[in-house]
Amino acid sequence: MKDNPPEIRNYVFNFGPQHPAAHGVLRLILEVDGETIVRADPHVGLLHRATEKLAESKPFNHTIGYMDRLDYVSMMCNEHGYVLAIEKLLGITPPVRAQYIRVMFDEITRILNHLLWLAAHSLDNGGMAVFLYCFREREDLLDCYEAVSGARMHATYYRPGGVYRDLPDTMPQYQPSKWQNAKEIAALNENRQGSLLDFIWDFTNRFPGCVDEYEALLTNNRIWKQRTVNIGIISPERAIALGFTGPMLRGSGVAWDLRKKQPYEVYDQLDFDIPVGTVGDCYDRYLVRVNEMRQSNRIIRQCVEWLRKNPGPVMIDDYKIAMPPREEMKISMEAMIHHFKNMTEGYIVPEGEAYAAIEHPKGEFGVYLVSDGANKPYRLKVRAAGFPHLAGLNELIRGHMIADVVSTLSSLDIVFGEIDR
Amino acid sequence: MTDVNTLLAEIQSHFPAGIETAQIALDELTLTIQPEKLLDVCSKLRDEPLFDFKLLVDVCGVDYLHYGQDDWQTNTTTVTGFSRGVLSQPEQESPARPNRFAVVYHLLSLSQNHRIRLRVNIPDEKALIVDSVMDIWPAANWYEREVFDLFGILFKGHPDLRRLLTDYGFIGHPFRKDFPLIGKVEARYDAALKCVVYEPVSIEARVLEPKVIRRDNRYVSESVDKT
Repeated sequence: MKDNPPEIRNYVFNFGPQHPAAHGVLRLILEVDGETIVRADPHVGLLHRATEKLAESKPFNHTIGYMDRLDYVSMMCNEHGYVLAIEKLLGITPPVRAQYIRVMFDEITRILNHLLWLAAHSLDNGGMAVFLYCFREREDLLDCYEAVSGARMHATYYRPGGVYRDLPDTMPQYQPSKWQNAKEIAALNENRQGSLLDFIWDFTNRFPGCVDEYEALLTNNRIWKQRTVNIGIISPERAIALGFTGPMLRGSGVAWDLRKKQPYEVYDQLDFDIPVGTVGDCYDRYLVRVNEMRQSNRIIRQCVEWLRKNPGPVMIDDYKIAMPPREEMKISMEAMIHHFKNMTEGYIVPEGEAYAAIEHPKGEFGVYLVSDGANKPYRLKVRAAGFPHLAGLNELIRGHMIADVVSTLSSLDIVFGEIDR
Repeated sequence: MTDVNTLLAEIQSHFPAGIETAQIALDELTLTIQPEKLLDVCSKLRDEPLFDFKLLVDVCGVDYLHYGQDDWQTNTTTVTGFSRGVLSQPEQESPARPNRFAVVYHLLSLSQNHRIRLRVNIPDEKALIVDSVMDIWPAANWYEREVFDLFGILFKGHPDLRRLLTDYGFIGHPFRKDFPLIGKVEARYDAALKCVVYEPVSIEARVLEPKVIRRDNRYVSESVDKT
């Protein structure tokens, strides 16, 4: 027995699919040698709903609501990619005001997404406080969603040719209840007295201070740095080869942002910067995302200023695609026929194929649309931003400790709605 | 961004062989590649500094079985008028295209700031196999697994071609056009057997909104009008 050392084998175990740090339903099979990760094999698809196949059975507009449910923390950005692809095939351009509204809500969505990411990332690394701070600000932004679309999450607000309706002139108010008296309600409603734009403007005044609060808790925090600095490093060359985009690529120092490089809507008229990292570790990706929130705040302010000065239509007036106004339907036969055809059959998209990409909070969100000239997509392929990131997880965490799996995984900003589709 | 016409001219001068067709539509360049030349063309597109397609954005399978077939022929009315519902049509045996399956690649160059789309038509429906581009772009790993899972297209040289999105033990390739939308099996708990059993689906497939292809004057080009 003395000459035979005990046999040491790698240990294989499951991380998830029900694990609070798995960010949804990820079954991660980890092979460890002691505490060191030898191999990670993510099993995805537990949330697969075949969104793309469902889209093939519905008129184009019916799928906009499914897009919200892909990456369900950046709802309007998903809609945006899909709507852009349809617009490309139809050959239409929305009115400028609609473009500004879209850009403003894209950036609100980016802040929403990064706030949830920061909340979850800090919680995964042991910080509870930031989670609560982030959700405080998310609440206001979700109120903006609600004011404009009626839904707090799955807005279905963007339409081919513009947006569903113009920004409201009033904000919904809190009502007195047995838990809150009139004085408390008045305080809650204080910044809701004006229009939605006033409410957003008030938010953008407060928000940089809020980001300072998060940063005060994390950026120079010794424990935070110990958990994230030099963890999950990816070189720029390797990140490109693995198909990384968005903050995952910018964290490695590649200044690639579709909003600057291939501008869509009105991004070329707005002033903002692209934050990039240097090392490509979890800490750099954190810094990039926090700075992106500040940049988004800048963009929102520019949009609010423009939108205040420039009223106008928010939808094209081609009633073969857009819905005619309700008042017109009551008096015009044409308008009623358009309404009937739009509601029962939808519009026909000319035969062809198009790929439209936007800078989604997680990276490049692309929609590849094949149309055979029908009222339904022939094939819809969603290029989910998080998909290649999770595929590259094995490379990011090989050689790290088990605890670093959680830090790295949450620094990818994974949402299973879009990966499993 | 580089102009697609310039890009097309450069590509045509660099690739004497391997490209079946090249077309520009909606400001996007699409190359149809011969399946046996795929790896040559791809590695050249990646390594040639003029093209520099270092980033594989997407790989997507397409099934052209029902391409151009609508549920509801609205060109002629019968004496009884239109029926109120549309029945699922039996599989039509005349595919609109000679090649049923295709694999579509989207590439992006960060340094040159241009995009390209590559299409590979799979000629033989009985041998659905395409060369894997994983050695050129490691990002292809999961994309190709997804295409294999959903369409049943194999990738030669892929080291780990497992299913990705469907359930463990799933049978069939769900994104093929002849795979029903409601699926083939449903699961329920059987109290007698004390386990989950799979049975053929009990609900009937319906067409909620018929697929309509309008051939009115907005979409028919003038040349067709005259005939």
